[in-house]
Amino acid sequence: MNRWVDREMSGWGRHPKVRAQVARPERRAEVTAALADRQGTPMLAYGLGRSYGDAALLEGGRIVLTRRLDRMLDFDPETGWLTVEAGVSLEEIIRTFVPRGFFPPVVPGTQFVTVGGALACDIHGKNHHVDGTFADHVRQVELLTGAGGLVTCDAEHEPELFWATVGGMGLTGLVLSMQLRLVRIDNPYIEMESVRVENLDHFFEVSAESGDFTHTVSWIDCVTTGSAMGRGIFMRGRYAPAGTQGHLSLLQRVGRLAPGLLDFRVDGPNWLLNGASIRAFNETYFRKQPKGVTRTTVHYEPFFFPLDNVRQWNRLYGERGFLQYQFVVPPDPEHRAVRAVLAEITRSGLGSFLAVIKEFGERRHGGLSFPAPGVTLALDFGHVGAPLLQLLDRLDAVVLEAGGRVYLGKDARLPREVFRQMYPDWAAWKATRDQWDPGDVFQSALGHRLGLCGGAP
Amino acid sequence: MSALVLGATSRVAHALAHTLAAHGHDVCVAARDLDEAERVAADVRVRSGRKCVALRFDAVDFDGHGVFLDAVEQAVGPVEFAALAFGEMGEQAESERDAQAARAVIDVNYTGAVSISERLAERFIAQGRGTLVGISSVAGDRGRQSNYIYGSAKGAFTLYLQGLRNRLFAHQVHVLTVKLGFVDTRMTWGLETGLPIAAPEAAAEAIVAAAERRENVLYYPRFWRGIMGIIGAIPEIAFKRLKL
Repeated sequence: MNRWVDREMSGWGRHPKVRAQVARPERRAEVTAALADRQGTPMLAYGLGRSYGDAALLEGGRIVLTRRLDRMLDFDPETGWLTVEAGVSLEEIIRTFVPRGFFPPVVPGTQFVTVGGALACDIHGKNHHVDGTFADHVRQVELLTGAGGLVTCDAEHEPELFWATVGGMGLTGLVLSMQLRLVRIDNPYIEMESVRVENLDHFFEVSAESGDFTHTVSWIDCVTTGSAMGRGIFMRGRYAPAGTQGHLSLLQRVGRLAPGLLDFRVDGPNWLLNGASIRAFNETYFRKQPKGVTRTTVHYEPFFFPLDNVRQWNRLYGERGFLQYQFVVPPDPEHRAVRAVLAEITRSGLGSFLAVIKEFGERRHGGLSFPAPGVTLALDFGHVGAPLLQLLDRLDAVVLEAGGRVYLGKDARLPREVFRQMYPDWAAWKATRDQWDPGDVFQSALGHRLGLCGGAP
Repeated sequence: MSALVLGATSRVAHALAHTLAAHGHDVCVAARDLDEAERVAADVRVRSGRKCVALRFDAVDFDGHGVFLDAVEQAVGPVEFAALAFGEMGEQAESERDAQAARAVIDVNYTGAVSISERLAERFIAQGRGTLVGISSVAGDRGRQSNYIYGSAKGAFTLYLQGLRNRLFAHQVHVLTVKLGFVDTRMTWGLETGLPIAAPEAAAEAIVAAAERRENVLYYPRFWRGIMGIIGAIPEIAFKRLKL
């Protein structure tokens, strides 16, 4: 019933790349049929391919693209509950519902993710300290399990399965649909304040006094050392009240008029993002921001999704691809782990082009869900090979020592032993997963690497 | 007035339902698989805020077509725009081997299409207006060994639509023949081709726009008119030797 096509697949970081048999069902019956016509080969769902590493990959396996399972099934404007199939993207939800005064409760740094992927990675946004993660706003998840049964789960029904699916990287089954509770907004604008932070201590000061803002995030310069280490720009905002006027940013206007101009369909050369260009970018970006606090009203797009107007920006890193490294460490008055990480990066000479830092709130889920109280830092590096892998191993040691963990949605290289120490719940998670998938149907490259499926010890 | 989309579980039909709702129509979507049609209808309702109803439609249930159109009218009122977007490719080899399989392909793509079109034509004539869009195929322009059973049914449908257009012109009823080249659907999934593959949403926009402009024959993507012109110009003496 499904046509399986041999394809090379990769995540957003474009490393690694694997071959798999890929189907793209358009009807619910075709998804169920995929379970049967996979011919004993393990399978995995793939949405919009925005997880960075190998989370949505399965070498030699069967990959089911969920993108065409994209029907919106019901919406209740009284409560905001929206029923959607797994392949619906946040971009579609936003495009449909912003004019009606609704917005997704939690969004990551791009709107081009499916709701299925958002649940499987238990994504967080700039409002984690107020609203928790994506899963906190989801109920009635319809999951096609390895045993072939359709199970509806949430915090009330089959909670074990639900919490294993939240952040479970697609290894508990294939999400068919869910209900997501949209929040009311008065208009598409955000009241934003940008604060230039001069160093890491200053960042934590500003963060501590930003509790009144529902959304916070910072860009951080991780090339500069010494007294200015950790300088950056702290952005905090909230949905603007009714009657607010705003305008589109220059990048947005260019993106709308001539989408082709900002589309990197062709790889950049591998050298494009190097130490010098990264230093120059960081310096310019920092200098552009005047000292102190700047208040503006911005459209939600540049605030939430600054890179979405540049399609396929991941190709700027060239054919080699890139690795993203995001971790969280528990609160520490001296911020030793963050300092140690920044020092390691500087010492390695491998700059991170885009570095983002944020303090999470108190809420955490168990299992493989990533967000936990503390500070999170996201870094990306052109994949230069061994020197980078060695650097990331050193960062692992710092993070582990501090009691922190790495985000699996962005990972492509975490060693199994390190993972197990970072996610002590893994064994309980695996027991639940194995109970719902005794035949080991749902597998992934990430799962194999971390010992979560495929008969791993 | 309302619009009817038959074969609603195909991606082009789904996109057509959205486009028609966006153009201000209440829509009825119909397919053999009612569960899927319901999901498509829900999607149109939620995204557009317009009325959209799903009904069961079986192209080969010829006797039921009149009753079906009564049900459509009951659900969404009189129809002024109908798109026939159902079809069945079948397997060429199976159709060669098995006469019943060949007949099933012909019945869905041709006999069934004729049957429902005639019932629609009666109603359009009675109300003095209407647009009928028949989604045929470039495969119907010239017979090729790889899919000539399906192609011949579509070719017959193309010819039928010509005649129907001729007949209905005097009644202010318009007939648009659509010949789709490569559109990113279930049919073309996995196809290795150097030609660009169009998005179903773009195809739907082009179809509705062509119908509103009262075009007679739409190739989409449009460059397929040129391709089929070239293919049609190859003399049979050479064509029969090609592996197409």
